[in-house]
Amino acid sequence: MSEPAYTLRLTVTAPPHIRFDGTVAKVMWTVVIAMLPAFAGSIYFFGWRALMLVGLSVASAVLFDALSQMLFGRRVTVSDGSAVITGMLLAYNLPPGVPWWMPVVGSAFAVVIVKQFFGGLGHNFINPALAARAFLMVSWPGLMTARWLATRGGTISGLDAVTTATPLAVLKNAGEIAGPGGDPAGLLVQAQSWPVVGKLFFGNVGGCLGETSALLLLVGGLFLIFLRLIDWRIPVAYVGSVLLLALVLPGPKHHPLAYLLYHVFGGGLMLGALFMATDYVTSPITGKGRWIFGIGCGILTVLIRLWGGYPEGVSYSILLMNVATPVIDRFTRPRLFGRLKESRKRT
Amino acid sequence: MLTFRGGVHLHEAKGSTRHKPVATPPLPAKVFIPMSQHIGVPSNPVVEKGTEVRTGTVIGEPGGRVSVPTHSSVSGKVTDIAELPHPLAGGKVTTVVIESDGSDTPDDSIQERPTADLKPGDIVDAVRQAGIVGMGGAAFPTFFKLSPPEDKPIETLIINGCECEPYLTADHRVMLEQPDGVIEGTGYIARALGVKSVVLGIEDNKPDAVEEMSRAAAKAGFTVLRLRTKYPQGAEKQLIQACLNREVPSGGLPMDVRCVVQNVGTAVAVRDAVRFGRPLYGRVVTVTGPAVNEPKNLLVRIGTPVRNLVEACGGYSGTPAKLIMGGPMMGIAVSTDEVPVLKGTSGVLVLDEKTAAQLEDRDCIRCGNCIKVCPMGLAPQRLYYHSRKRLLDRAEDEHVLDCIECGCCAYVCPAKIRLVHHFRFAKSEIAAMKKP
Repeated sequence: MSEPAYTLRLTVTAPPHIRFDGTVAKVMWTVVIAMLPAFAGSIYFFGWRALMLVGLSVASAVLFDALSQMLFGRRVTVSDGSAVITGMLLAYNLPPGVPWWMPVVGSAFAVVIVKQFFGGLGHNFINPALAARAFLMVSWPGLMTARWLATRGGTISGLDAVTTATPLAVLKNAGEIAGPGGDPAGLLVQAQSWPVVGKLFFGNVGGCLGETSALLLLVGGLFLIFLRLIDWRIPVAYVGSVLLLALVLPGPKHHPLAYLLYHVFGGGLMLGALFMATDYVTSPITGKGRWIFGIGCGILTVLIRLWGGYPEGVSYSILLMNVATPVIDRFTRPRLFGRLKESRKRT
Repeated sequence: MLTFRGGVHLHEAKGSTRHKPVATPPLPAKVFIPMSQHIGVPSNPVVEKGTEVRTGTVIGEPGGRVSVPTHSSVSGKVTDIAELPHPLAGGKVTTVVIESDGSDTPDDSIQERPTADLKPGDIVDAVRQAGIVGMGGAAFPTFFKLSPPEDKPIETLIINGCECEPYLTADHRVMLEQPDGVIEGTGYIARALGVKSVVLGIEDNKPDAVEEMSRAAAKAGFTVLRLRTKYPQGAEKQLIQACLNREVPSGGLPMDVRCVVQNVGTAVAVRDAVRFGRPLYGRVVTVTGPAVNEPKNLLVRIGTPVRNLVEACGGYSGTPAKLIMGGPMMGIAVSTDEVPVLKGTSGVLVLDEKTAAQLEDRDCIRCGNCIKVCPMGLAPQRLYYHSRKRLLDRAEDEHVLDCIECGCCAYVCPAKIRLVHHFRFAKSEIAAMKKP
């Protein structure tokens, strides 16, 4: 054999030697893109204030993420976009009238305590943005529940007569809102009407920054489902079980169909079902587990809305189901090839 | 269309060789024949430095029950018996080096014989004496699969013409160029097993092979099944699931669901052995990849250095960065092109810098892709955590030993985690713990 005219410098790694072209960063930045319609909507409805709050939230999430990774001696991975998503989601979950420092404090809590303290992306057991929202709720309940703003050309409640309550608060506290000698039933009839449901769908009502427009959230969510980046099972199970429960459980129903749509498009259900319950890290990993997760979120949401202490229950429902995720994962393993009748083994 | 659960759709990359007839390069000046080319006990060399051998002369006797003899692939003289690099063993293996005299004189034992009266035992013997092992890649001694225990009756023989690995087209060409050889060999295997039902599974990305094989199979009364093109359709258990809708039990073998699987190349080798008395000393190898000048299918002698194959294909193009024995999903990367072709070498794939580049791994984000694609119904994401933390008992409880190392999970992982690498580690550690 003659000496070759070349020197081979060969890499040796374990197979497989080819990979698909998806990366964590591609996934995350695509989710960011899917959240942009709702971002544009928040600026349209609430003005430049929305831009300021979302911008502050994102900038501080990225900054605190990078700083804590440096501090903990970890690889700095902020370019993967996950902190951007956390910052956006947190801002989307804030009332538009909160002071500028709230998204900053919230982002710090989300990325430093909830995410990096537990090991960084992939290791947090609850959704960082939602945990931060819960933290802000208990720390500054007044700021988090009373800083609603009317939308451009609209009102907070979607009704001309009611100026300070969000749509779901109207549903829950019609009596108090109508005041002594008022007409709560009339309020509920007015609320459960097609014009109001239309406003809820397009987003021309008060609420958290990014949650008001069901339409814009659906555009982004369907985009992610189409790309198979999020599993359709979770939003379908979540929204489906909310619909079903709202249908069968007693509630202040006046117009049956409008009442159901009010539940679906009012509040944070679309934002939660499409963008927060579908977070990979904190939701179950198998299809079966994701059905259970979505249904659990739906049940909790309706229970909180109908009988809980808050008008809205999406955030706490998802957080509670996040905590249940390891248990769901344990009991929803895929079926092993060649174990058709296997009794579930305890591990 | 027939298929199995899980799996991935891959870019096939077979276009550069699928239409090219198999070429025969000049005989190598020297062959390097390792005594271990199969799963099981290695052969023991029965030649010495200086022994004259002919093409097909036995140079290694079976070293145990699950073992086969090894034959010379050229005529000439043994020049060395040494420990040399082996493409799969990851170390050095006893290798017989033979210098070819260029005449390719066949051994006296290679004689055509009548086959009509051969009994199952005669066929199994011929297959063993010919040193035949599974040529699809796993290289399990074929005679052993042809002699199932009494309590495991075999009903169906499945011939594997899937070739689901990207880039490889060797089996495809064998089916196109020797359909009658495949069918004749299949007939001998069926006779050895005493089975009536024979199916050939072929992926539907090879319609010409389906057509050729259907024509040839019809004469013998065998059935050709078109299977959906999806990786790993050619994995034994997945092929059985697609063809027969049966699942080999966890920890079991195909004979537990009353079937045996053989590759199309193996069937041709069986024909050569049974009818012509010709041992397995050559095979078709796909030599391909972005860093090969002129990709080809070559009929080469076992023991030919890979470098000769690449030279027969116009040498390297660009900067070769990775040399893989086998396909891109399950093949083994080697550090030198001096390693020899083995009986189980279906392909030699050379990647350039661009195609060999791999991204750094990141933390798992629990996207669930790996679970969706695992054809064995495992949860690779969980096994990864257990394996990495060396929680071997938990990994075993969650069936890491059922992993077939097909690589689907690692292929679809957006965090680029080397899942197969971790599972191999866990499997070998568990095996080591179990050794008495």
